[in-house]
Amino acid sequence: MRTFRMGGVHPEENKISNDAAIEVMPVGKQMVVLMNQHLGAPATPVVQKGDKVKVGQLIGEAQTFMCANVHSPVSGTVLKVDTCKDAFGLSKPAVYITVEGDEWMETIDRTPDIKRECTLEPKEIVAKLKEMGIVGLGGATFPTHIKYSIPEGKKAEYLIVNAAECEPYLTSDYRVMMEHAEEVCIGVSILRKALGVPNAYIGIESNKPLAIAKMQEMAKGFEGIIIEPLKVKYPQGAEKQLINAVTGRKVPSGKLPIDVGCVVSNLGSCFAVYEAIQKNKPLIENILTVTGKELPSQHNYVVRIGTTYNEIISHSIGQLPETTGKVISGGTMMGKAVVNLDAPTVKGNSSVLVIGEKEARRAEETNCIRCGKCMHACPMGLEPYLFSALVKNNKVEEAKAHNILDCIECGCCFFSCPANKPLTDEIRLGKNKVRAMMAAKK
Amino acid sequence: MTHDILIAVLILGALGVLFAVVLYIVAQKFKVVEDPLIDEVAEVLPGANCGGCGKAGCRAFAEACVAQGNMEGLRCAPGGDAVAAKVAELLGCAVAQGEPQVAVVRCNPANCGEKRKSNYDGLRSCAFQATVYTGEGGCPFGCLGCGDCVAACQFDAIHMGANGVPVVDEEKCTACGACAKACPRRIIELRPKGKMNRRVYVSCVNKEKGAEARKSCGNACIGCGKCEKACPFDAVHVTDNVAYIDPTKCKSCRKCVVECPTGAIHDVNFPAPAKKPEAPKPAPEKLEVPVAEKVEVKQ
Repeated sequence: MRTFRMGGVHPEENKISNDAAIEVMPVGKQMVVLMNQHLGAPATPVVQKGDKVKVGQLIGEAQTFMCANVHSPVSGTVLKVDTCKDAFGLSKPAVYITVEGDEWMETIDRTPDIKRECTLEPKEIVAKLKEMGIVGLGGATFPTHIKYSIPEGKKAEYLIVNAAECEPYLTSDYRVMMEHAEEVCIGVSILRKALGVPNAYIGIESNKPLAIAKMQEMAKGFEGIIIEPLKVKYPQGAEKQLINAVTGRKVPSGKLPIDVGCVVSNLGSCFAVYEAIQKNKPLIENILTVTGKELPSQHNYVVRIGTTYNEIISHSIGQLPETTGKVISGGTMMGKAVVNLDAPTVKGNSSVLVIGEKEARRAEETNCIRCGKCMHACPMGLEPYLFSALVKNNKVEEAKAHNILDCIECGCCFFSCPANKPLTDEIRLGKNKVRAMMAAKK
Repeated sequence: MTHDILIAVLILGALGVLFAVVLYIVAQKFKVVEDPLIDEVAEVLPGANCGGCGKAGCRAFAEACVAQGNMEGLRCAPGGDAVAAKVAELLGCAVAQGEPQVAVVRCNPANCGEKRKSNYDGLRSCAFQATVYTGEGGCPFGCLGCGDCVAACQFDAIHMGANGVPVVDEEKCTACGACAKACPRRIIELRPKGKMNRRVYVSCVNKEKGAEARKSCGNACIGCGKCEKACPFDAVHVTDNVAYIDPTKCKSCRKCVVECPTGAIHDVNFPAPAKKPEAPKPAPEKLEVPVAEKVEVKQ
């Protein structure tokens, strides 16, 4: 079974919400839609106070290159266009909508029928992805239309779909595969057509045998979709690692996947692509996992974007258990702790993960014993312990020379460190310093 | 026997002369003429290499002084007037007079200690924490309390105070500005020490709108503009929802201090007034800020 060559760790999987079917979360009374839900500049609001909006109506327009459209997840009246504090307490531009009924745009096909044929040309597909505000749902929320606009002089040879779901606890991609396998395959076919590549590979980790079987069965009915079972290892879902696992190619330092002829999309994105292209439905919903060892029940939900964390928690489990240490958006390895539970969810949120007090606390940091475990764990072949020392002593040039910018911040070094040194934090700080230095030089 | 010795002495002597000539020629050819004044100037500088003057170190500052011939635009903050006078004497120019300055920490959080809204468990670095979230107090403009400024200070003049915000030791502070540069939230400002070390400043940099700012911190400047109206010298102005006192215009009358509804304006080193016991000014009764459930922050 394939996997990536270098480094990697195997954290406890904890996929305890595997068997919870996707439920629909009801819509709240008020929605706050952030304009900054993607990598890049915030979208510009195109509605004003008092405007009536329908579900799926454009409310934030992408006016710069690195930007994505934002659509209304609900119908109702625009209360105000203001700022709102996001999950980390930072103010972001937002549109507040008072919910009235549930009136969808007429263009959106809400029938349960599955539409297989796509007659659009590759360019039209990319244009529609842009219109529908599709972004990568693997975590980085990179605007999909930019990813699929291949720069001149470069050629895509492989489309790789990331269904590894290597992060502990997360099960939303698994549930999508189990419940919407056909839609996903259609989405993959559409993306394959947009790129003009002969084959698309869907990488699934072998701890999901049912999903592998289901997808293999479904892929038989589609041309050029190959299911690739992968050995369980974190961070398999990271772009460069997945390319290495599936194709054996290595993305050189400072290069992008397209430089080795690969384009990687998340499985959730493929489902969103299907809905956008075939059903005209913009990206207004997230599929997210509500999980945690101490919760009374585990859930997978389809949630309108803009629903707050508190609403999700109160609907699914009533209230947080007494022993809650922290709430994480994302998995335990790369997810971020949520500080403001009144914040709305945004595109790309994949979970509400509740961690108990004991587990939440970091163990005490001791001295580096030069064991080299961080080096063995690093999937990028870097030397985390070295960066730790360089960053502490402000040797920014040297850190750059040792390719600190190649770090994908997967957290394997911190995970494997017996001295509990916050290596990933130090490297992230170092990367910021290097970027600041490079910007100053320009 | 003596013959052998003589040959050895002659050969070595000849070699010695030859090398001496070569060395002399090389020394003449690659001679670097350096103004001896630079050494003299460098001698009177503090030698801390703090970089507060904007140059790479004390010697670079001395070179700049000598190259320029006067002290215009050049000032050694740690040395102050004494050093400036000495350097001016060596250069034979007028003394560059500058008002002595001191670092001022413009944050006075209400959400410290038990009132923290979250616990930060990550790398002890403000620069890093600032990229992660608002900080434990919940104010997106407030002090993060990891002490990047303390680490940056070469003069042991800044330490973490009891309420999680750094305190400047006025005696030791040389106004080199290293702490101000190290602070990712730009809270620390260099301000003139003021007459008899008395000064008035707005101890907040929160740019949020009034209600939001108040939610973030009970002691925040809410940009109400009362101080602006109270000031008879046009020294206080509210821009971006936060007041700023222009130290060149401020006459330390302290009318704004009384007006401020949140206690964001601080006056330091004033004697206690006869009618109202006010200095050192205790923070007025804070608004109770609802504390969100404690959520820990990893990352």
